[in-house]
Amino acid sequence: MTAQAPVRRPGRSRVALPWAVRAERRLEVPRWLPVATTVGAVAVALLIGGVILAFAGGDPLAIYAHILRSSFGSLGVLSDTLVKATPLILTGLACALAFRMRLWNIGAEGQLLMGAWAASAIVLIPVVPAGTPSIVTIPLMMVAAMLAGGAYGAIPGILKAVRGVNEIIVTLMLNYIALLWISYWVFGPWSEGGFQLTPQFPREAWLPRLSDFAEQVPAFSGLTVHLGLVFGLIAAVLVHFLLYRSRLGYEIRLIGDSPRAARYAGVNVVRNTIIVFAISGALAGLAGMSEVSGVVHRLQLAISPGYGFTAVIVAYIAKLNPYGVVVAAIAFGALILAGREIQPSGIPAMIQGIILFCLIASEVFLRYRFRIERRAA
Amino acid sequence: MTAVPDATAVPEPRPAPSSMLAVEMRGIVKRFPGVVANDGVDFDVRVGEVHALLGENGAGKSTLMNVLDGLYRPEAGEIRVFGERVDLRSPRDAIAAGIGMVHQHFALVPTQTVTENVLLGLDEPRFRMDIGRYDGRIAELAARHGLTVDPQARIWQLSVGEQQRVEILKMLYRGARILILDEPTAVLAPQEAQDLFRTLRSMVAEGTSVVFISHKLAEVAQIADRITVMRRGKVTAAGIPAAGTTPADLAERMVGRDVVETIERSPFSPGPVVLSVRAVDALSDRGLPALRGVSLDVRAGEILGVAGVAGNGQSELAQALTGLRRCSAGSITVNGVDVTNRDPREAISQHIAHVPEDRTGVGTAPDLSIADNLIMKTYRDAPIARRFSIDAGAVKRFANRLRDAYAIAAPSVETEARLLSGGNLQRLILAREIASEPRLLVAVQPTRGLDVGAITTVHRLILEQREAGSATILLSEDLDEVLALSDRIAVIYEGRIVGLFDADEADVAEIGLLMTGGRSSRATEPADPTRLVP
Repeated sequence: MTAQAPVRRPGRSRVALPWAVRAERRLEVPRWLPVATTVGAVAVALLIGGVILAFAGGDPLAIYAHILRSSFGSLGVLSDTLVKATPLILTGLACALAFRMRLWNIGAEGQLLMGAWAASAIVLIPVVPAGTPSIVTIPLMMVAAMLAGGAYGAIPGILKAVRGVNEIIVTLMLNYIALLWISYWVFGPWSEGGFQLTPQFPREAWLPRLSDFAEQVPAFSGLTVHLGLVFGLIAAVLVHFLLYRSRLGYEIRLIGDSPRAARYAGVNVVRNTIIVFAISGALAGLAGMSEVSGVVHRLQLAISPGYGFTAVIVAYIAKLNPYGVVVAAIAFGALILAGREIQPSGIPAMIQGIILFCLIASEVFLRYRFRIERRAA
Repeated sequence: MTAVPDATAVPEPRPAPSSMLAVEMRGIVKRFPGVVANDGVDFDVRVGEVHALLGENGAGKSTLMNVLDGLYRPEAGEIRVFGERVDLRSPRDAIAAGIGMVHQHFALVPTQTVTENVLLGLDEPRFRMDIGRYDGRIAELAARHGLTVDPQARIWQLSVGEQQRVEILKMLYRGARILILDEPTAVLAPQEAQDLFRTLRSMVAEGTSVVFISHKLAEVAQIADRITVMRRGKVTAAGIPAAGTTPADLAERMVGRDVVETIERSPFSPGPVVLSVRAVDALSDRGLPALRGVSLDVRAGEILGVAGVAGNGQSELAQALTGLRRCSAGSITVNGVDVTNRDPREAISQHIAHVPEDRTGVGTAPDLSIADNLIMKTYRDAPIARRFSIDAGAVKRFANRLRDAYAIAAPSVETEARLLSGGNLQRLILAREIASEPRLLVAVQPTRGLDVGAITTVHRLILEQREAGSATILLSEDLDEVLALSDRIAVIYEGRIVGLFDADEADVAEIGLLMTGGRSSRATEPADPTRLVP
């Protein structure tokens, strides 16, 4: 400001520092940078978490080491980690697919629950007579779960596509409806002797676990990993193919990047919104089937500790890459598992939160280049 | 605070505005990548006058005023306000110096009241938001200037004209004594425009100075005391009195007569009619009439240039032709197929190619690769599509072929489109559109913002399409471009085709006059706008 300017600056003054940070928009993002910022953000998050742990009187290094040991330390806990990761992979893929088209599906939790319910219905109504072999029962449960999750996912899709209703609100609220729906069935028609859980499924409705093969391979004894993990891995490959090698995926990416360009290219945005929401819901629904059939073997209220919500973070950390979702899901599976070991159990949740914050904050480094400059005297 | 001359002390200036200068800009230079938007511009505004700043789009008017509003910092030049030199770093500095600008796009919070919007960002009131106390003050200020608006109304309840009044009030409340209005009538109905003019008259009568950016000659003649005309970053008429000018003179200074490089072209030998537009009406995004009874014919091997100043319906016409906008009346036929109100997909399958105005928002998906952008119109067809999947190898071959043929400078076809320069991006779009073997090419502002080399390439590609026998409709604000490429020229003004010329007998001054709402001396009639020049 030159001295003679008749300019007043009410109530504000510039702080004069000897240096200034300048932000410039990045034109080009090097390939390594997204990976580097993700790793850097996680490192910073662990550092911040460590400081908080230290203030709380813990030894951060010991705690982190303990988390690692209790999630990856032996074949047994590694297997448990993968069991926790399985629903996260499927719901994470559900979110990643929808987010790619900028459809904010926060309803994977509800879609998971509806999938779990539909899978349970196959054996509890029962749709198939008792004693039907696994080879029939399990595919039927999968199809039912995916249809139910898909239909439940299509509701916000249709509302968004046809009426422009905000999908975040709808999906969020549908989660509660799904929870109450489950609640009705486990307290009422399917309750086992008045307890809030259903009778155990017959063996034919259980997904095979590694421990089922302990007779042939002794090392598998006690390993709880079940076929659901394979569903998750296959789904990751399929979603990757869908996004990068299919016409629908091309349209999804086009709409996600520029809805106006997509319209210009003749893409049917309304139809795709519904389809993508349905596929997303079907993936989350499959996660529900995998939980009831692979882990708890019955339907109960506490079927998910919020997998569908953690999935949002998983998809985000993976930068919406299907294979990245698998890696991020395993990392978060480990944190969930560590929650059992570490007291208070809020600590892994806190670390999750800090990691998410740091990741969101780190986005700025992808968009801007920072320079520290000396200010002219 | 430095003493500033008190505007109220200035003697009643009308009818002859005081010769005292409110604003004096000298030698302003402002460059943008590839363009000199202001090339040593001098501009001054007297106390108590309406000074019109006239020019085509891209002439540098808005840039100059953004400099005065502190949004842009010029590379050279100095600004004096009421005789004192100022260094304006932000609109906050500008308003402190007494300069307030009302932009074309309003900065209002829709859910808040008029009073809240006026007070927004000010240091008063602090903490206790007893807004009610301010309603009276704002109503009084509004009444004084004939800016009728209810202080307690919420912005979303107001018409565009009323919202504009709120923007003006905001500036007056902040003590603006120099008011800049950027194309204020573009969003107004005729009656609202008359109300605005009355308000401006009452304001200048009180000693306020107004800069009125426009490209409409009629309204400039009605409201301005003096007129400055800009063309391509330079002043072509500096503060001439409005009384002593004629519309024809102004139009010529506005559109100029540059020597355009002549492009080789084969003689005009049109084929059958490809595009036939009959009495098409369409609404703008705001729901106002944008096209009013447009009728046109374009034949194979012909380029029809549509000349006009921005915002006279060109975008809407292009959108209607390509299925992106509904027509409320009329019909559009391409090769005998009625495509009225079909979707973009139908337009694509009828081989209607579209080079859109907005390259980064509509013409390309910036974060997708060049290859992904090149297949936007062909990904549904063999060899790229195989049932539901996309053949990655075919995509790569197709993209590499186009990249080489159209010299798109990029390390690979996997590079993201947003990293391309404007010229390369436009080559990408043209490559894609031409690869779709168009029968009709709709090109909107195909060279805006490009450097000379890129412009030549784009012109060459468009002419090649003419040779190849496709029908082309070129909508451009650059009259030189229209003159250089077209076989016939239509002039569009306020959604109507107001003139149609054979390119050989087109007269620049006459077209310029029609573009700005003037009457043609040689009335070429809208009676038969589809008249085909032999």
